[in-house]
Amino acid sequence: MDYSLSEQQEMLKKSARDFLSSESPKSLVRQMATDEKGFPPQLYRKMADLGWLGLNFPEKYGGTGASFLDLAVLLEEIGRACLPGPFFTSTVLAGMTILKLGSDSQRHELLPQIASGQTVITLATTEPESGYNPDKLKTKASTEGTNYLITGTKIMAPYAHVANFLICTAKTTTGITLFLVDSNTPGIKLTPLKTIASDKQFEVVFNKVKVPKKNILGKEGKGQAQLQQVLLKAAVAKCAEMVGGAQQVLEMTVDYVKERKQFGVPVGSFQAVQHHCANMLTDIDTSRFLTYQAAWKISEGLPFAKDASMAKAWVSDAYKRVTKLGHQCIGGVSLIEDHDMPLFSKRAKAAELTLGDSDYHRELVAQGLSL
Amino acid sequence: MDLDLTEEQVMLKKSARDFLAKECPKKLVRELDGSDDGYSPALWRRMAELGWMGLVLPEKYGGGGSSFVDLIVLMEEMGYNILPGPFFSTVVLGALPILAAGSEEQKNEFLPKIARGDLILTLALTERSATYDAEAVTTRAVADKGAYIINGTKLFVPDANVADYLLCATRTKASAKAEDGITVFLVDAKSPGVKYTLLKTLARDKQCEVALSNVKVPKTSMLGELNKGWRIVSDTLERAAVAKCAEMVGGAQAALDIAVNYAKERVQFGRAIGSFQAIQHHCASMATDVECSRFITYYAAWKLSRGLPATMEVSVAKAWTGEAYGRVTVLGQQIHGGIGFTMDHDMHLYYRRAKTGELLFGDGDFHREIVAQQVGL
Amino acid sequence: MDFSFTEEEEAFRQEVRQWLTKEIPQRWYELNTGYWEETDESWAVSRDFHRKLGERGWLAPAFPRKYGGAEMSTTKRFILSQELAHHRAPVGVEVEEAVNWVGPAILMFGSGEQKQKYIPAIARGDIVFCIGYSEPNAGSDLASLQTRATEVSDGYIINGQKIWTTIAHYADYCWLATRTDPTVSKHRGISMLVVDMRTPGITVRPLINILGHHSFNEVFFDDVHVPKDSLIGQKNQGWYQLAAALDFERSSFIVDAFADRTIEELVQYAKETECRGKPLAKDPLIRQELAQAVIENQICRMMSCRLVSIYAKGKHPNVEASMSFLTITNLTKRMMNVGMRITGLYGLLEKDSCWAVLNGEISRLYLTAASVGVGGGTTEIQRNIIALRGLGLPLK
Repeated sequence: MDYSLSEQQEMLKKSARDFLSSESPKSLVRQMATDEKGFPPQLYRKMADLGWLGLNFPEKYGGTGASFLDLAVLLEEIGRACLPGPFFTSTVLAGMTILKLGSDSQRHELLPQIASGQTVITLATTEPESGYNPDKLKTKASTEGTNYLITGTKIMAPYAHVANFLICTAKTTTGITLFLVDSNTPGIKLTPLKTIASDKQFEVVFNKVKVPKKNILGKEGKGQAQLQQVLLKAAVAKCAEMVGGAQQVLEMTVDYVKERKQFGVPVGSFQAVQHHCANMLTDIDTSRFLTYQAAWKISEGLPFAKDASMAKAWVSDAYKRVTKLGHQCIGGVSLIEDHDMPLFSKRAKAAELTLGDSDYHRELVAQGLSL
Repeated sequence: MDLDLTEEQVMLKKSARDFLAKECPKKLVRELDGSDDGYSPALWRRMAELGWMGLVLPEKYGGGGSSFVDLIVLMEEMGYNILPGPFFSTVVLGALPILAAGSEEQKNEFLPKIARGDLILTLALTERSATYDAEAVTTRAVADKGAYIINGTKLFVPDANVADYLLCATRTKASAKAEDGITVFLVDAKSPGVKYTLLKTLARDKQCEVALSNVKVPKTSMLGELNKGWRIVSDTLERAAVAKCAEMVGGAQAALDIAVNYAKERVQFGRAIGSFQAIQHHCASMATDVECSRFITYYAAWKLSRGLPATMEVSVAKAWTGEAYGRVTVLGQQIHGGIGFTMDHDMHLYYRRAKTGELLFGDGDFHREIVAQQVGL
Repeated sequence: MDFSFTEEEEAFRQEVRQWLTKEIPQRWYELNTGYWEETDESWAVSRDFHRKLGERGWLAPAFPRKYGGAEMSTTKRFILSQELAHHRAPVGVEVEEAVNWVGPAILMFGSGEQKQKYIPAIARGDIVFCIGYSEPNAGSDLASLQTRATEVSDGYIINGQKIWTTIAHYADYCWLATRTDPTVSKHRGISMLVVDMRTPGITVRPLINILGHHSFNEVFFDDVHVPKDSLIGQKNQGWYQLAAALDFERSSFIVDAFADRTIEELVQYAKETECRGKPLAKDPLIRQELAQAVIENQICRMMSCRLVSIYAKGKHPNVEASMSFLTITNLTKRMMNVGMRITGLYGLLEKDSCWAVLNGEISRLYLTAASVGVGGGTTEIQRNIIALRGLGLPLK
């Protein structure tokens, strides 16, 4: 049993941290919140050059061939930096979907494009009435010759406005099916959704959008079940981001309370504040290990569903607690938009609700107990 | 709006506090906890002389004619001191339902004796399911000429082992809705066929299994109307929940007082541990919990005393206070460190009662469900 | 990073399981005595079992083989501890104290003769230690202890009083923290002595715990004369040994395994018990609560494993042990609440009451939970350590 990172992982961590602190400082993050694209394309290209955009894709698909655990190490640094951009949706969500469900030609065609930064792909699966409940999915795909026509409304599709392809779920005669939709296809209408985390979410309305049959991902009618595994992995990836963010919040808080004086002494010398910080560290360490255990199991090809749900349930709550205490210890100044804290607390809330919140994942854990 | 106690209530509170501190010190509490009967007949007499049993009974039945809120004031002090014994069972579970639903004969028969301290009563409601809903009642009462024959097993019946009468909830008619077809009988506890087994509980309170085997009761022992008994039970449960909250508020206050005193006296690292912010904030959390519990309990009690619908307020109070008392005693134990883990110290007396109070008459989940229904969910 | 156990380690787990299934006497389960509930009979059954463990080298598995240990890796030791806990084996605090706290400290700081005298006897299960740390005026502020050991020509004369001394009434020896120099600052004048509990002048007075049992004591030392070789390590350097022993104490590997078993039992109970026409297991609130217990159990295990990982590298955890201790406290509180939430009124019934469920485990757990978060250093102290030592936050 070994809880330490490998030498390469330590190097990846350090180089990622250095790169991101210089290329994606918090000033850029705040700037990108109101930027139409939401991220600087040149930064995205640099990440491609570093091999990040295809980090865990096999080399034969143009990737770096690293493990899911390595990806988690990188994501921790990305979370720490609050990196804006479609990395998570394109590399992690879409990339893993295509890797798992795509045909050989789909993989050969698309994964290298994602890895090179040439192509951005996002997921458009959530609907107003179908978040956790796939039974309520309304988007339909009817057949027309060798094509499908997709009609329906999706919400919370990240970075849809820069995506070259949208992976969307729609009901065919046999069930829920995953489709790869070229975003240039007529009939797609995007409306930006203004979110607290400024994470470029979109409503996507599909109006008889023509998609060739060959663009089905995986098996027809089995889309939901197939996607479930990917979503669980993505949930673990999201946990890694959250752990990185939480770690930064703690460091920011500890630095602040050492300096900030009230009643003639640093506020960090008050036991209440000290105990808040101790609780934050405990929350972070427990989150980190639960996340890494799940990530390790994924890397080793072991059953991971229970670990993934435990991690997402715990880390969702823990990150929220950490940011709340961060605000509490830093005080009023942390509520100002210019301060770094809101970047984290807003992302904590968004991350909590993405890919299944605590209640949802606890229910999965309960099912795992055969309750 | 006036959230202060009246002058009379303040006097009642003080006199109760003083009386109980003197007449029921913790030494007696422990003795009674360790005994089978669980109460002191001598103390019971003195309480009757003070008019406590009849406090809220009308004067014409030998009572004091006070309000339900006055009873809550008294019960808070009973919780503060800890008063083992069947007062709660007799007054809240016995006298109040008879007052509300009894015939004039029944009231004349029972209430003066209760006020004088001559009778101990309790409510036998819950059964195997250990819940406080109508579905819990499966004990059957079958009409047999001028009487009824009761068969069934009741569980968690407080003070059944010393009771003279059991208000027994039975099912007299099968119905689609569980609330229909329930009848309450005033069962003489010495009737043939009634058998008690004392359960050994965390708080050493005298909960019993009561096995009823062909227990014959006269028709005149029916309380209220045939098949319409659930209303009596549910009203009783509301009052019981609030009265239990009052006890819990008192207990929580005591735990807080004990902890604060200890924190002021206990010295470590050359200073009183109460000068450490962590301890201070524990005490602050405890105090906040006590105050919140007190006000929502009194609000529910006030509504009940005015005859106003209070289902929501009762459940808010019970859900909250049960868990608040638990939080307070956990912190109370924590502040005391090692000494809190000894039998000799008083803190565990409250710690045990906290969990018990939380679970009796519906726990947090049970009452939160009622609140949810009340807000239309 | 590697969260796995090797094939060899898994095989060891199976070996332990089979052995425990065979060797734990049925009488132990009939007695149903948990922590803090020792009786003379349960003690005798435990001691027999310890000797059996000792014969396999499994009582003190980390000890060097020459002293009767098995030089077992930390990971295997972890597996062994977990299985012992999961099977509710008769291995309690008395073993923890001697094997996991005192033994390693003697191995680290003791002389060759002292190691020879105590370590094999601990490993065989022949001797048991009690821990003489806390005093009426030295709880969290342990370093302010006053029990005095005055050096004389042929040893030490001890005067003072200890409190919360678990199993002092059964112990052969006391691992005693004494003040040997009252003139220097409090941390600097402490020495650790090993005292034979049969030495004249020692009085053990029972204290009854909130479960109503005699498990801990006050221990009075009146002119207790002990030989020079009672001193372990260097005079006045005892605080470091004590602190090391405390870190071992906080590196517990068993609470999550106990909880594991309780969770299994509660899951089964929830499946079998109906409420309002459906199993408790279908109640969404119960499902959430049990799931959270499972998650917090896993957290606690992870934190223990992290300690294993540190020990396995030959390092010594400190802040990590305090954090692990916090998760143990949280888990125990969670378990007591989950247990009561699921069993309801039945959870209030003690083990020998009729209608009691799960052997009265839930009401017992409620009471023992009052000590978790206190013994071994309060949660407030643990948070102080994490904040001051782990995060470098300033003292006022």
